[in-house]
Amino acid sequence: MSLNTPDTQVCLWTLRHSEPASLATYTANGGYEALKKILAEKTPAEDIIAQVKTSALRGRGGAGFPTGLKWSFMPRNFPGDKYVVCNTDEGEPGTFKDRDILRFNPHQLIEGMVIAGYTLGAVAGYNYIHGEIFEQYQSWERALEEARAAGFLGKNILGSGWDFDLHAHHGYGAYVCGEETALLESIEGKKGQPRFKPPFPASYGLYGKPTTINNTETLASIPWILRHGGQAFLELGKPNNGGSKIFSISGHVNKPGNYEIPLGTPFADLLEMAGGVRAGHTLKAVIPGGSSAPVLPADVMMACTLDFDSISKAGSMLGSGAVIVMDDSVCMVKALQRLSYFYFEESCGQCTPCREGTGWLYRIVHRIEQGQGRPEDLDELLRIGKNIGGNTICALGEAAVGPVASFVKHFRKEFEYHIKHKKCLV
Amino acid sequence: MLSAESLAQIDKELAKYPPDQKQSAVMGALRIAQNEMGWLSRDSIEFVAHYLAMPAIAAYEVATFYNMYDLAPVGRNKVTLCTNLPCQLQGADKIAEHLQGRLGIGFGETTADGRYTLKEGECMGACGHGPLCLHNNHEMHDHLTPESVDKLLDEMK
Ligand SMILES: Cc1cc2nc3c(=O)[nH]c(=O)nc-3n(C[C@H](O)[C@H](O)[C@H](O)COP(=O)(O)O)c2cc1C
Ligand code: SF4
Ligand code: FES
Repeated sequence: MSLNTPDTQVCLWTLRHSEPASLATYTANGGYEALKKILAEKTPAEDIIAQVKTSALRGRGGAGFPTGLKWSFMPRNFPGDKYVVCNTDEGEPGTFKDRDILRFNPHQLIEGMVIAGYTLGAVAGYNYIHGEIFEQYQSWERALEEARAAGFLGKNILGSGWDFDLHAHHGYGAYVCGEETALLESIEGKKGQPRFKPPFPASYGLYGKPTTINNTETLASIPWILRHGGQAFLELGKPNNGGSKIFSISGHVNKPGNYEIPLGTPFADLLEMAGGVRAGHTLKAVIPGGSSAPVLPADVMMACTLDFDSISKAGSMLGSGAVIVMDDSVCMVKALQRLSYFYFEESCGQCTPCREGTGWLYRIVHRIEQGQGRPEDLDELLRIGKNIGGNTICALGEAAVGPVASFVKHFRKEFEYHIKHKKCLV
Repeated sequence: MLSAESLAQIDKELAKYPPDQKQSAVMGALRIAQNEMGWLSRDSIEFVAHYLAMPAIAAYEVATFYNMYDLAPVGRNKVTLCTNLPCQLQGADKIAEHLQGRLGIGFGETTADGRYTLKEGECMGACGHGPLCLHNNHEMHDHLTPESVDKLLDEMK
């Protein structure tokens, strides 16, 4: 199947080819055609944004913000430079999809970023790549070279007279840089500490210039949308949840991995694709959207379909589409302890409620796990959580609270048992 | 202080950013310096700052903020194991125990012969392939088993 025939896979279709990442595979299957057409026809930016709006593409980085709307915020007649930035700082525990886009379809991301650059009037674009995936940083740079040599990037792209270039920026170990303004600070060569918003990046972004930041999977979906039309993308998914989406499934399943399936697919189907839970075990709980998303008990999750609206109705969020599966062998106290440690470790430290609060949350969960919990600890956890939420510069603070509040809510008995008996219920 | 080859690599990083935004290359330059020197001494950081015409304090801030920079000497082979939840569910605890037992050191420690340093890492964005580790920051080894860990350690000089 090729990009000419709409298929349910938007980003990882190249895996059906023997050399998925090659430029030849990409161009033989319709790659860079959308860009050629746009440049040849000088398609107005408004038309492109209209297609993206029709597609109901929602940001794949976690927040699910409508991409077409985000693009329309970029000032049109700004006299200076503007930028496009791609967020491949994938570090939200459970998420490993963007790395596979770099590994298996680097050119579709390049084409998407070039089209974004054209539409938004940018002079250059940067792709911020997570520190721990150096090999993909290098391979994507090689793909950039190929694209440049083929005339898709650089000066006078495809003879159009338009110049635009892309570069990779390599992170070096800081989860918070996934937050878009921390990411911009980091590209500027500073500590990755989030900025106050407003001003938003569309008016004050990289180097103080208007900037649009999107997730890797979001940008890689753009060429598909423009080749097949926004309506076709919308129809892959369901209303308000256009397209397919890559679900990264990890934990206690037989076949962890990435599955690119239409939004709205029942969770039960994904679980089956991933080989189900391990033999002899039953499903206990699922974190449906990366570690920051509230955990859901098995029965609630089994009734969900995988789209932004269904998961949010169930009390969690689709987030980045990272599905962490836990079976009946998991001690929820121990699981939460690890997640709480993560947020404590990764807080950038500039807001007191987050810097101190994540430490308190971790230490309390830790002492419960160690059998030194006190009866009042659970209420204390919830109280601290309430004081973090809404009182911080970025969403990391709230992200630390989501797991704590939901683990305690749905699995309170296990925490109480730990406190009372100083050991696990499971 | 850095080799011509490292400087050429830093120049390549510099070319990515506008000419008046040299500081943008600091993360790459520190990585390149660390690669050559094994770790980032004060001198290396100051050298990089000077090369990029930025205040040394700003380069320290960067070196101390991002956790893949080593501000003290490490073993010839730094092994960073991801122990975050998805990897933990897939058996990272067992690998952590095995690594520590086999090397006789805990996380954050270096073997007496200077051959290995063990570190605990956060999510590396490859969870479905866990348990996994990074070798000297840049090379990922996944689907670890006690046997594959032994083999890997033996291959590290
Ligand atoms: C602590 C934190 C970490 C984040 N990490 C990522 C990330 O790794 N990748 C990503 O695309 N977005 C991440 N985001 C969301 C970004 O701030 C931003 O919303 C996103 O990149 C926008 O792209 P989208 O609209 O295409 O989703 C993170 C947000 C926060 C608060
Ligand atoms: S909420 Fe936490 S991570 Fe975000 S800016 Fe404040 S201290 Fe930093
Ligand atoms: S949890 Fe280990 S790589 Fe993500």
